[in-house]
Amino acid sequence: MEKTELIVKEAANAAGKTIIKLKDIKVAFDGEQILKDLNLEIKDGEFVTLLGPSGCGKTTTLRIIAGFLEPDSGEVIFEDKCINGVPAHQRQVNTIFQRYALFPHLNVYDNIAFGLRLKKMPEAEIKQKVEEMLSIVDLKGFNRRRVESLSGGQQQRVAIARALAVDPRVLLLDEPLGALDLKLRKDMQVELKNIQQRLGITFIYVTHDQEEALSMSDKIVVMDHGEIQHIGTPEDIYNEPANAFVADFIGESNILDGIMKKDFKVEFSGHVFDCVDKGFNENELVDVVIRPEDVDVCEPENGMISGTVTSVIFKGVHYEIIVDVKGFKWMIQSTDIQYEGDEIGILIKPDEIHIMKKSKYSGMFGDYSSFSDEMDYISDASAVFSETDDIDE
Amino acid sequence: MKNKPSSKFYNGISAPYALWCVLFIVAPLIIVLYYALTNSDGNFTLDNIKHLSMYGDTIARSIYFGLIATVICLFISYPLAYFISKTKASTQSVLIMMVMVPMWMNFLLRTYAIMVLFEDTGIINNILNALGISPVHLINTSGAVIFGMVYNYLPFMILPLYTAMTKLDYRLIEAARDLGANGFQTVKDVMIPLTKSGIISGITMVFVPSVSTFYISQKLGGGKYTLIGDIIEMQFQTAYNYNLGASISMLLMILILICLAVMNKFGEDQTEGGVVV
Amino acid sequence: MSKKLSGGSKLYLAVIFIILYAPIFVLVFYSFNSSNSTSVFTGFSLHWYKELVKDTATIAALRNTLVLAVVSSVISTFIGTVTSVGLHYTKTKLYKKSVMTTTNIPMMNPDIVTGISMMLLFVFVGALLHKSGVLGFGTMLIAHITFQLPYVILNILPRFKTMDKYLIDAAEDLGCTPIQAFTKVTLPYIKAEVLAAFIMAFTLSLDDFVISYFVSGPTFQTLPIHIYSMTKKRVTPDMYALSTIIFIVVFILLVLSNMAQDQERMEKRRIRRELRQEKKEREAI
Repeated sequence: MEKTELIVKEAANAAGKTIIKLKDIKVAFDGEQILKDLNLEIKDGEFVTLLGPSGCGKTTTLRIIAGFLEPDSGEVIFEDKCINGVPAHQRQVNTIFQRYALFPHLNVYDNIAFGLRLKKMPEAEIKQKVEEMLSIVDLKGFNRRRVESLSGGQQQRVAIARALAVDPRVLLLDEPLGALDLKLRKDMQVELKNIQQRLGITFIYVTHDQEEALSMSDKIVVMDHGEIQHIGTPEDIYNEPANAFVADFIGESNILDGIMKKDFKVEFSGHVFDCVDKGFNENELVDVVIRPEDVDVCEPENGMISGTVTSVIFKGVHYEIIVDVKGFKWMIQSTDIQYEGDEIGILIKPDEIHIMKKSKYSGMFGDYSSFSDEMDYISDASAVFSETDDIDE
Repeated sequence: MKNKPSSKFYNGISAPYALWCVLFIVAPLIIVLYYALTNSDGNFTLDNIKHLSMYGDTIARSIYFGLIATVICLFISYPLAYFISKTKASTQSVLIMMVMVPMWMNFLLRTYAIMVLFEDTGIINNILNALGISPVHLINTSGAVIFGMVYNYLPFMILPLYTAMTKLDYRLIEAARDLGANGFQTVKDVMIPLTKSGIISGITMVFVPSVSTFYISQKLGGGKYTLIGDIIEMQFQTAYNYNLGASISMLLMILILICLAVMNKFGEDQTEGGVVV
Repeated sequence: MSKKLSGGSKLYLAVIFIILYAPIFVLVFYSFNSSNSTSVFTGFSLHWYKELVKDTATIAALRNTLVLAVVSSVISTFIGTVTSVGLHYTKTKLYKKSVMTTTNIPMMNPDIVTGISMMLLFVFVGALLHKSGVLGFGTMLIAHITFQLPYVILNILPRFKTMDKYLIDAAEDLGCTPIQAFTKVTLPYIKAEVLAAFIMAFTLSLDDFVISYFVSGPTFQTLPIHIYSMTKKRVTPDMYALSTIIFIVVFILLVLSNMAQDQERMEKRRIRRELRQEKKEREAI
């Protein structure tokens, strides 16, 4: 966790004013701890993503910021003021809900005007504002349409327009693209990012989709079991995962048990490799992460270690090769084809080896032979989409 | 942990109804029990309960008639509801409307009209006469009473069955046929289990009023086929023996509860009933 | 899925509907008879309709019925709506369960038991207060509200299940106080069910005989009770005229509601068509 704090400090010093700060937030529901001492700082204008599997507490965190939920203890600070107890309708924070939550009895125009009318804005100004919002989300001319008659993507845009119309300081997005098909999702990702950059509003985005998180965010907060596992830029999180959970959740990875022989020397799979990590105790047990695309294949006799190819799947850009090395199944991505049953050698450059301290997640992931169970665990999140997410009744 | 209106608030706004339930649903039933167990002076007695044995025939007849009427309704309605559900949407709504229209007609007048039809010099016999067929005695028979029940409560059977059938996925029937089931097997093994909720609520909605009716038997049975409802009515409106009336009512309630419990046991896995219209 | 019905099944439908409507047509037919016979049609006349208008007792009963139906269904719809909201959002599961179980009692109990149980309550309370003749408009009103409420609640409550649970959050997020969220979002959402519940409560009240029969007194007679006392004797054909009028009114109301539903269906179909059209256009680009 030291590393996490370091990254937070670095980021805080870097730029921007803190707009939202969560201090020691605790939430329990039916005796189950949903959030355990959550600390988080979000800066003005940032695109922050809360990423984690179903039930990790990300939606709960969002609902606390929105004001739909009061934490059992801890403080929610908005621009240096504690806003615990301030009801949702008085916060300068707006939300895009999971399935949009558009008002079915109102048309597109009246949905977007809903918040403005509550502010007692004159009708003429409302009209202007709604038109402006419709042009931002590219829905000009849809004013009189009933929301039920819109496609999923269009409903999504109306929801964005409705939330943006009331000029929020912070926009919370709860799995906003979860119900859209893949292609539409990709388009909307780009569009959301553009809107965020154009308007300079802070976005706090909740998703279980790591690819979405990596491609959109300035900062990613990886969560599991009510705890923050890692906070960092997408690059940090991918290249320097804080623990086995993060390494596994973000992208594909081979996670092995290793022994830190001394600084810059680590032993795993029966071979001592050069690495770039230091500061561990002598002979300390560690987790070693190697991304599949970082493994080079060579002749068996030239490899640092060698194993037998057990399966090869063509993935378009590359082949996905599973190699059995002394019982541990490695995943390797390579543009060169290999054949099942072949003996191959493996080469790994020192800077491709990432060493992590042991954590409670050690040993839970890694070997590809056991990967299927764990994939279920993660893909659970995408299958039920947040339907059962967090503490929704 | 929520700052929305608390559960207390929501319990508060439903409290008047809860109070209403206690005052006008629960309390009356307790008072029925009180009357059943006291005499006219308000002293405790079991005489009213003992008197019930006098009405064994009536009770048996009520249940018998009620069961027959329910079974007939079920056999008429099941194919009917199926045929209706097979027509196109606009025809369906017209047909269902036609099922409902007689229901909104005053049931006393409908029963009275049946009497007019069935009388010895009534319309049916007049028509038979004109055709040269010897007249049939229809009125004041057990058949007439059962016909009255079937006629009056048929829509209560058709509507829940129809609702259940519209929810039926017809691909399942096709799948059953595809797997080699014949027509009868398809109905028995696929359709009936899938429409069980409708069948159960239909049976309930026909059986309960049939068993407890008092007007139909008076008008169409000519007083020859006294039913349990007639006896209760008599105690309250002519004999003024409230205590005996209360004990018969308790009995009727218990009988129906037992019947419903038995039926619910058959349909245990179906918790949601069909729509009650 | 909708195949053409076979001739046999059409015949079956026809026979059942003929039986269902035969008694009603008898009433309609003989309401235009010039004599009071129900076996011989002596000639067309509106005589019985004129008699009906002159019959002050029937007209008074009709007025009573309408007053009772309006008052009771307004009250039961109001209480039922508020109660449904409360029951849907309550966190006290046991409370909800016991209220719902009690709600089911009048629906399961035979009307005659509900009727006499309420009558005994009124008589019992009347005796406690040393008052006789308690049965009248007040007791009828209480009884009607009591048997309407379960229908109202069971009509409205399921609607909440289909409501997006974030709808209220969305309203509050955009600046609604909890009360505004209720009036601006929840109420419009359940509007159709509230209206349907009201109509159902109204027709239940109009049509009820058994329960009213036991809780009514001589001071306040409704139409079904009036009809009952008339059918005890030989009924005069002005009752046929009355049932013809009821039939026509019911028929018109149902046709109208049917047409409204059809319109809704057409509207939905139109929307679907539009969506398809748009999709095609998008694909073309």
